[in-house]
Amino acid sequence: MDFWGVIFDLCQGFSVTLKLFALTLVFAIPLGFILAFLSMVKFKPISFLTKVFIWIIRGTPLLLQCLLVTFIPSMVFGIPNKDFQSMLGIRTMADLQFTFVLFAFVINYACYFAVIIEGGIKNVSIGQHEAGKVLGMTKGQIFRHVILMQVVRKITAPMSNEIITLVKDTALARALSVIEIIAIAFEKVNKYAVLSPLLYTSLFYLAFSGILTILFHYIEKKLSYYSV
Amino acid sequence: MNMLEVQNLTKSFGSHQVLKGVSFSLKQGEVLVIIGSSGSGKTTLLRCLNFLEQADGGSICVGDEEIFNAAGKMNLSDHAMRDRRLHFGLVFQSFNLFPQHTVLKNVTLAPTLYQTTQLKKAKAGRNAIKEAKAGIEAQGRQLLDMVGLSEKVDEYPCRLSGGQQQRVAIARALALNPDILCFDEPTSALDPELTGEVLRVIRSLKDQGRTMVVVTHEMEFARGVADHVIYMADGVIEEEGTPDEVFGNPKSEKTKAFLAAGYNR
Repeated sequence: MDFWGVIFDLCQGFSVTLKLFALTLVFAIPLGFILAFLSMVKFKPISFLTKVFIWIIRGTPLLLQCLLVTFIPSMVFGIPNKDFQSMLGIRTMADLQFTFVLFAFVINYACYFAVIIEGGIKNVSIGQHEAGKVLGMTKGQIFRHVILMQVVRKITAPMSNEIITLVKDTALARALSVIEIIAIAFEKVNKYAVLSPLLYTSLFYLAFSGILTILFHYIEKKLSYYSV
Repeated sequence: MNMLEVQNLTKSFGSHQVLKGVSFSLKQGEVLVIIGSSGSGKTTLLRCLNFLEQADGGSICVGDEEIFNAAGKMNLSDHAMRDRRLHFGLVFQSFNLFPQHTVLKNVTLAPTLYQTTQLKKAKAGRNAIKEAKAGIEAQGRQLLDMVGLSEKVDEYPCRLSGGQQQRVAIARALALNPDILCFDEPTSALDPELTGEVLRVIRSLKDQGRTMVVVTHEMEFARGVADHVIYMADGVIEEEGTPDEVFGNPKSEKTKAFLAAGYNR
């Protein structure tokens, strides 16, 4: 077995893993805030529908969602995936599969984030809102300058849990034949008939989640300059 | 002319009527102290003045401007609401300082946001905004100096004692220069040895001619600082008058009972 060759290929696979990880976060966090707001809207039908949506997404397996997403264009819009691909200007079928997976991941994680964010917002005392109000701040100003930072602090720990889970959930992308690190590892296992590529793969995950742990620890420390 | 004129204010929460028609007026520079047992509607009255609750009935006038009338439809924009609200300042029982901001920023945040929005709307240049910010900061430092906290401007609220926090809250409320400053039991959350420093600040504000409405359980202080005293019970004004009238020679049996219990505390 060519050790460095295997490591190099695993690195390439891991870059796909990281790409999926990073893009999921970039889209899921803002969407999580939006869903959190929608589920707190005073107009009941909207908050109810949002809650039902979150219930469905959190109540079904991500793997299933990844698979179902690929049927949306043809089943819902009557567009075959081939046409859908050219419509979006996506070059290869593999890229289309990646896009499907990313879509499912963003929706799924946004729902988990939304619940955490909603909890964080509700956890900020009503007195903070009232203090802002009597000082003549608008709702937007109160959220941006008073509430948001306190929410961020409250949600850092639960968010770090979800985000570290996300690192490992990316392995599900293989179900839609996205060639990420586990897919490559299995290819090597089959090719060389040894198990060591799986061990190396776990080290990739371990190292990355270690970095994230340190990062979150740092963020928490940065944010704990005040107590409530 | 009256600075504040409250007419027949009513407010219910569900089937429970907390304010059953409260009317009073206040002249410029006067201090009104409201006393009464918990549940008598004092806090709700203050919250109605500050638009934290919307009264069900009655009206509120500041100067010659009617800022609230339950009879007229009050469908105010966020902006109009804000301007009316700014006639009043409110100091909370539990301070409600912004924990993530320094003492100085707690004081300057709201005026800075207010001024920058106004200036941006008037299409003022960047320099004008910068100047305004510097002015607000200078004013913030001055206010903190007045409440005796000039050395704490860069601290975070969690590092201050309760009495210091409440003094920051007073400076914060003053930063928007309200016509009428309201206090909702400003010393109730404080250890007894810390109430003095807060009461001293309130007293000095009276000397500066501030118009104030103070809800308090500190009877000695109330008697000393008030121009006018209202005793509230069950959502109505049970008795009112000068401090000497209400404290020295109460007429209502309820007032007598309340004062007797209060002094024996």
